[in-house]
Amino acid sequence: MSKIKSVEIKIGLEVHCQLTNLKTKLFCSCSSDYREKEPNTLICPICMGMPGTLPVLNEKALEDAIMVAIALNSKISERMLFFRKNYFYPDMPKNFQISQYDKAGGVPLALGGYIQINGKKVRIRRIQLEEDPGKLSYEGTIESSTYALVDYNRAGIALIEIVTEPDMETPKEARLFLEKLRSILEHLGISNGSLEGSMRCDANISLRGGKRVEIKNISSFKEVERALNFEITRQKSLIERGIAVGQETRHWDEVRRITISLRTKEEEQDYRYFPEPDLVPVIISKDQIKKIEQSMPELPDERRKRFIEQYHLSPQTAEILTHSKAMADFFEESAKLYDKPREISNWLTVEFLSYLHDRGIEIDELTLSPKHLVDMLKLIDEGIISRKMARSVLQDMLLTGKMPDAIVKEKGLEKILDREYVRRIVEKIFKENPQAVKDAIVDKKAINYLMGQLMKATEGKIDPKMAGEIIRERLSKLSKFATS
Amino acid sequence: MVTILVERKKTISKEQIESIAWLARIEISKKELELFSKQLNDILAYFSKIDEVNTKSIPPSYHVLDLVNVLRKDEVKPSLSKDIFQIVPQTKGKFVKAPRMA
Amino acid sequence: MPSYIELPAYEIVKRIKDQELMAEDYIASLYERIKKVEKDIHAYITLTEDLALKKAREIDKKVKQREKTGRLCGVGIAIKDNICTRGIRTTCASHMLEDFVPPYDATVISRIKDEDGVIMGKANMDEFAMGSSTEFSYFGPTHNPWDLGRVPGGSSGGSAAAVASGMATLALGSDTGGSIRCPASFCSVVGLKPTYGLVSRFGLIAYANSLEQIGPITKDVRDCALLLSCIASHDPLDNTSVDRPQEDYTKYLIDDVDGMKLGVVKEFFGEGTQDSVEKGVLEAITKLEELGSDHQEISLKSLQYALPSYYIIAMSEASSNLARYDGLRYGYRIPNKSYDWSTVYSKNRRFGFGFEVKRRIILGTFALSTGYYDEYYLKAQKIRTLIKRDFDMAFKKFDVLIGPTMPILPFKIGEKVQDPLKMYMCDVDSVPANLAGIPSISIPCGFSKGLPIGFQIMAPPFREDLLLRVAFSFQKNFPVSAKLRSYE
Repeated sequence: MSKIKSVEIKIGLEVHCQLTNLKTKLFCSCSSDYREKEPNTLICPICMGMPGTLPVLNEKALEDAIMVAIALNSKISERMLFFRKNYFYPDMPKNFQISQYDKAGGVPLALGGYIQINGKKVRIRRIQLEEDPGKLSYEGTIESSTYALVDYNRAGIALIEIVTEPDMETPKEARLFLEKLRSILEHLGISNGSLEGSMRCDANISLRGGKRVEIKNISSFKEVERALNFEITRQKSLIERGIAVGQETRHWDEVRRITISLRTKEEEQDYRYFPEPDLVPVIISKDQIKKIEQSMPELPDERRKRFIEQYHLSPQTAEILTHSKAMADFFEESAKLYDKPREISNWLTVEFLSYLHDRGIEIDELTLSPKHLVDMLKLIDEGIISRKMARSVLQDMLLTGKMPDAIVKEKGLEKILDREYVRRIVEKIFKENPQAVKDAIVDKKAINYLMGQLMKATEGKIDPKMAGEIIRERLSKLSKFATS
Repeated sequence: MVTILVERKKTISKEQIESIAWLARIEISKKELELFSKQLNDILAYFSKIDEVNTKSIPPSYHVLDLVNVLRKDEVKPSLSKDIFQIVPQTKGKFVKAPRMA
Repeated sequence: MPSYIELPAYEIVKRIKDQELMAEDYIASLYERIKKVEKDIHAYITLTEDLALKKAREIDKKVKQREKTGRLCGVGIAIKDNICTRGIRTTCASHMLEDFVPPYDATVISRIKDEDGVIMGKANMDEFAMGSSTEFSYFGPTHNPWDLGRVPGGSSGGSAAAVASGMATLALGSDTGGSIRCPASFCSVVGLKPTYGLVSRFGLIAYANSLEQIGPITKDVRDCALLLSCIASHDPLDNTSVDRPQEDYTKYLIDDVDGMKLGVVKEFFGEGTQDSVEKGVLEAITKLEELGSDHQEISLKSLQYALPSYYIIAMSEASSNLARYDGLRYGYRIPNKSYDWSTVYSKNRRFGFGFEVKRRIILGTFALSTGYYDEYYLKAQKIRTLIKRDFDMAFKKFDVLIGPTMPILPFKIGEKVQDPLKMYMCDVDSVPANLAGIPSISIPCGFSKGLPIGFQIMAPPFREDLLLRVAFSFQKNFPVSAKLRSYE
């Protein structure tokens, strides 16, 4: 990896995000709620491309897309057009995709713009609306299966495509870009990135002097970093062996975790873009943009600033929290229930994040609510559990979703609060360890041994503060006795 | 204004016809290729008449109407899924059965 | 032969509503006529006799019970087979869609059903509306009712022949580059291509979306206005459907062209125009002048490029529109073999489409492909702008523009099928209206050697009223007699 860093790398992304807040598809009134539905039950003559049918644009999809363009600082076209992208494939009911285009007189929804990641601007080339194809599946693998099965429920789902300039220099930056984009879309409330397949992307990468290689079929954001790292290693090794990297399209094999070259015939696509005659141009007025802008919810960058001011968080902490909408929401809801925001943010950015990261999941995929965390923090405040115990309670909560008090009771983790009970144990320890008692009377440091014995006898369920108090109380009685 | 430009003959080779036919997913026999080659070149030769016109500063008329912004509400309407699935030539379970991909 | 099969629709409607005629008897007599002459003419691909008689009985019941009935009350209508009819197979005259039964109605079909029209069956046509003779039908050609050895024109040849031979009182056709007006001219009936956007295209199986419209094919101008009134309406399912108030076009049937300015399009009398056609049309112009109109010649220079531009645009759009026919979701699929998807698609499309369709798809694919787009598709769309401008200019001077519908008389079956270019040339006078999106009507203006001649009138967008007024005045004062033949 260290070698790779010495080479100039340019990474560009082509991101496809489903507008999951829509009730219907992009060009027909079929339900877009296709996940976990029986195959081919959400299809109509329009999205099945049946003879004589015509598309009509979903007005909410347009509003969504305008919001994205505003959020990404893009220049929205005054008059946008839909184009047909012609190619045959069994997941495409019409054998063309209604999309947009920025050449041959085409005008996509928006051009330009950027997303800021860690102070760096990644430029956007264009934003456009298009329809999702259906879904193919196979018995076994695509290569070995003697037939393919098609489910057209997904065909026609609204997608926005966001194409970046090749401004990213590391796979990690690509991941950060995608996470930030996801956070923006989630803040806008238009795309839920945790739904399977709702955000997919193609990446292109070139190493200094080399040709541009496209990687297709990256089914989730998590895979992007992995695919790019593989591709960098592959290209580096070619370069080191003096082999030129050819311009080509490669396919990310998620199972084998390698990129494979696609057959050249498929590469020779000629999409024959031309304006969709069945859809009239869309004029987007300044008024409409203004109206949408005014109704837009808070975006991650604004929220980060607010977190710093309102909750007195450090800029780094605020950045981490707002990097994901679910995390920021979790934080704010917790903060409503519990008045120590920094305590909350500490737990979220340390314990929670490492748990989530290990499992590659988002906070809203947990069965845990802000109340869980807050209740746990209150148990600490009340002295019922120690911080150390809290960590183990949290692990249990994360795994089981049980409330903290239930876990504490179940496992008998409550701290011993009965001072008389502790006194009796201390009495017993003093009897069993006369030498240590003597030492402790003369040497204050020797008290630690007695403390250790007490903790052992109570299985650590005792508040160290109380333990010290009772031991010292007993010792002082003894010392009084000794001196008198 | 119509101005006369230099005429350029438009042609299509047999190789081009074959690759275009592949792009259009239409298998053509050798006999058809011979026939099409003659006919298509005759037609293209006729099409070259449009080369006479200078259209440099003329915008295209993709839409003859001035209609814009025809949209619909985001409301679910009943679809005809069952009827549509019923006429699929080859199915497997609830899936449309397609030929092998590779 | 009961005389009422010769009656126009408005007469039929009146008689049925007045209970002078039972819809059932009238529909049954149309089918009797079909049984006699269909074998010679072959205007239909599919007949729907049982459904039609059932519908006729329902209408009779409605009339008897004095329920409200529609404007097409009981009238038998032939529907071109590229207009989707729920539950009735819609083939586009193609092997590809031989067994295709749409689960939905085209918007125009819903309108006709709402108006109590009775669907007689699905009319023959050139496959996917690509042709000018109805010879390119998978189901075999339609014959011209005036000369069985000749073509009825196309692509709506079945619709026109059905009306001309008394096998339907009204018909719907579609016109992409003349497909309503050409057969109307060849069969001596009235055919109107509405302004682009006036009639919904939802359910019309697309050939070239930016050019085509559904329109009426009728015995006379009054029927034309009646049927147009029923089908012209705004449809939210069609982006290109214009939202304007519903009109009753029959109110424009005014016998008065006094002072109207007619522009005679010079380019419509070019070298390919037969003398007999030219003579017939010039006579018609003289007749209109007798009625008080003025005419003057006008040249629209851009029209010499209309035909190639039309074909480039139509083929390009068609290549994309017809991509969906791959045999996977509906339509023709070769028997199960172990080919890969690409090969299966290529074979389905090889055997599912006829020659003309394949020619146009290949040329259209070529015209849109990298390196050729600017030279063909874009250029043709730019020429379209020039043509539109020329028409705009002409309509500043003239109320309507006139000329022949077809440059030639109906030709012999088989005469042009081997030479696609010759066939394309037939459309030279009809395609300009499609490129400009303007309305155009063809009305009979006489016969030459027993073969019909059609007269074409064009008006500015949404001025169907002008077309109907000129056409009605001509028809009223100079009726072209067209008695039904018996073919025995």
